[in-house]
Amino acid sequence: MFDLVWLIPLCPLIGSVINGLLGKKIKNETIIGGIAAGSVFASFMVACGILFQLLSLPAEQRVFEKTIFTWIQSGNFKADIGFLIDPLSAIMLMVVTGIGFLIHLYSIGYMHGEEGFYRYFCYLNLFTFSMLCLVAGNNLLLMFIGWEGVGLCSYLLIGYYFHKKSAGDAGKKAFVMNRVGDFGFLLGLFTLFWYLGGTHNVWTVNFRELAANADLIPAGALVTAVCLFFFIGATGKSAQIPLYTWLPDAMEGPTPVSALIHAATMVTAGVYMIARMNFLYIKSPTALLVIACVGAATALFAATIGTAQNDIKRVLAYSTVSQLGYMFLAMGVGAFGAGVFHLMTHAFFKACLFLGSGSVIHGMHHALHHEHSDADPQDMRNMGGLKSKMPITFITFLLATIAIAGIPGFAGFFSKDEILWQAFANPHHHQANILLWAAGAVAAGLTAFYMFRLVFMTFFGKTRLSDKAFHHLHESPWVITVPLVVLAFLSVVGGYIGVPAVIGHTFGNFPNYFELWLDPVFAYSKHYVEASGAHGVHNVALEWGLMGVSVLIACGGIGLAAALYLINPGFPEKFVAAFPVLHRAVYNKWYVDEIYDFMIVNPCKSLGQFLWRGFDVVVVDGMVNGVAATVRGFSGLFRHVQTGFVHNYAFTMVAGVVLIVGVYLFR
Amino acid sequence: MLALHNYLIVSAILFAIGTIGVLTRRNAIVMFMCVEMMLNAVNLTFIAFSRYLGNIDGQVFVFFVMTVAAAEAAVGLALMIAFYKNRESIDVEDINIMKL
Repeated sequence: MFDLVWLIPLCPLIGSVINGLLGKKIKNETIIGGIAAGSVFASFMVACGILFQLLSLPAEQRVFEKTIFTWIQSGNFKADIGFLIDPLSAIMLMVVTGIGFLIHLYSIGYMHGEEGFYRYFCYLNLFTFSMLCLVAGNNLLLMFIGWEGVGLCSYLLIGYYFHKKSAGDAGKKAFVMNRVGDFGFLLGLFTLFWYLGGTHNVWTVNFRELAANADLIPAGALVTAVCLFFFIGATGKSAQIPLYTWLPDAMEGPTPVSALIHAATMVTAGVYMIARMNFLYIKSPTALLVIACVGAATALFAATIGTAQNDIKRVLAYSTVSQLGYMFLAMGVGAFGAGVFHLMTHAFFKACLFLGSGSVIHGMHHALHHEHSDADPQDMRNMGGLKSKMPITFITFLLATIAIAGIPGFAGFFSKDEILWQAFANPHHHQANILLWAAGAVAAGLTAFYMFRLVFMTFFGKTRLSDKAFHHLHESPWVITVPLVVLAFLSVVGGYIGVPAVIGHTFGNFPNYFELWLDPVFAYSKHYVEASGAHGVHNVALEWGLMGVSVLIACGGIGLAAALYLINPGFPEKFVAAFPVLHRAVYNKWYVDEIYDFMIVNPCKSLGQFLWRGFDVVVVDGMVNGVAATVRGFSGLFRHVQTGFVHNYAFTMVAGVVLIVGVYLFR
Repeated sequence: MLALHNYLIVSAILFAIGTIGVLTRRNAIVMFMCVEMMLNAVNLTFIAFSRYLGNIDGQVFVFFVMTVAAAEAAVGLALMIAFYKNRESIDVEDINIMKL
């Protein structure tokens, strides 16, 4: 099975090529969608096979590298097109292909009748291919190819409705901000390569070789720089402060795209990358602290913005930014396993939430269309009472919401609580730990609040649609609801493979399978921390206590949402009236976009204007035009020789002959 | 038999008349005739030297020059007819459309 790993990325690539080249001729939506979804399903089957084969091996043998061909060879340096299979990449392969397949299936229903149906699936398959290269590549360069490829596909899919200016702008914004991050990634790659090669003559970008040579890299400024450079790349791709503003705007793309790219897979690339490079990060407490602070700040900051948005997808977008903050918080406190676990559970419930919101938007769109209303189908202020009309969407959405809110027993609880405990108990940032935990806990409360606000505004209460439109509202077709049900199921049970140790020990000897599974990947980091003699907090009672506190905070958030949006719906308006400045600031996303425009975008535009008008027009064009003008000036002098009179020519000839003969005779 | 220098003097006079004609006259046909005169002045020089040196090469050259002159006359007259049809004139002052 391992030998077939190359099939995993290849299948979606073939699907993309077929749909891209022939899709316009095929026209039949079933065939196009079938090719796209089928190719991802084939990858999923191979990934399952690989996972089972890994499971059948003893833990220390669960690593396999398959080289397809040598890509670059120069002296001692060699980079392959090759794939690395280990517990970490197996998890990522399962998430990308599994959720990818469900979303492809969903898209067939959601994109039905869209112009450019084949184009959509071509891009979506290309995205899957790039993402699989990113997570399965065995070296940094191949990872970078995937890293850029997903960025490109993200740009193409955000701008899918390119006739809308806002969609085009959002695509550009995402692409440019990602480029800023990618620059950091490249700097990190170059620095690492240059140091290992120049100092130790180890010319490699292969992950396993890098990990094997990790001891050569001393703790200090250099590894901190490398880690922070890579982290800049991660902030761009995974939408962390300061490069997060592109993600909410990316909601201009079709909703399944938001689910696949901007919730479940692409935005987690940064988390995966840090987990993959954990042997570097563990050596730099400074970099870890920066990551933990950025993650905690993002989690809290994005959650506050999420509380005041009215667009259903925007709330989910800020929620995604916030949850990604949790993952980085986990990375920053050295809890790589917990971060990857949250990555997986988040992929389940956030994909479910996005697809559920897509189902709602789909239904709203049709209902409003019947009424010839041009009201916004994504605005929650137009919704309400949808649960009776869309029962499957409602139930699945509710389950995923409970999961993200961190109610015990659901997937989000196990992963989030593990992160919060690690933030409190980790051995890396002694004084900062309590702050990191507090930020995470408050953000958890806010998450519960805004997610239940969303549910109550959308599904509960009296509808704000007209009777006629509400009458036309109906549940989505099976291609849409089946993925919802599957993802909701995973959101409920997905957490049980990674039950935190403290709970597992209380209810019988129930190990944290997920941690054990990933242990070989993070073994180096674990030994490094143990060898350094640092100790985290080990206190079972405290862990239970903090768990209780975070559950209480989450329940408080839910209760507050219920009080404000279910029991006393008039209160939010009164609150807004009482604190207009605060509400306006939150509603306008703390004016971060405006600040960026003022501080960075507009100066860059002015610089561009200057380079255009001042440099390009004057200097570059001036040089080219100057050469032409000089030539023309000289020819203007000489053209007077061409009088057009035959006599002048004849005289010149005679004079020339006389001159030559004269010189010949009298010299 | 006349001495060589007599032929050369006549030839030089003919050549000078031809040159002055080309430079001063405006009628293209007259200019053309002057050019022919210059060519024939050269021919006379060739013949004179050929006789003086007893070498037949000069006379062979004259045949070439005459052949070229005949071809030139044909082409030149054709050009002038074409020009006359366009401009109703064969004055060289009118041949100036190449001027900027």
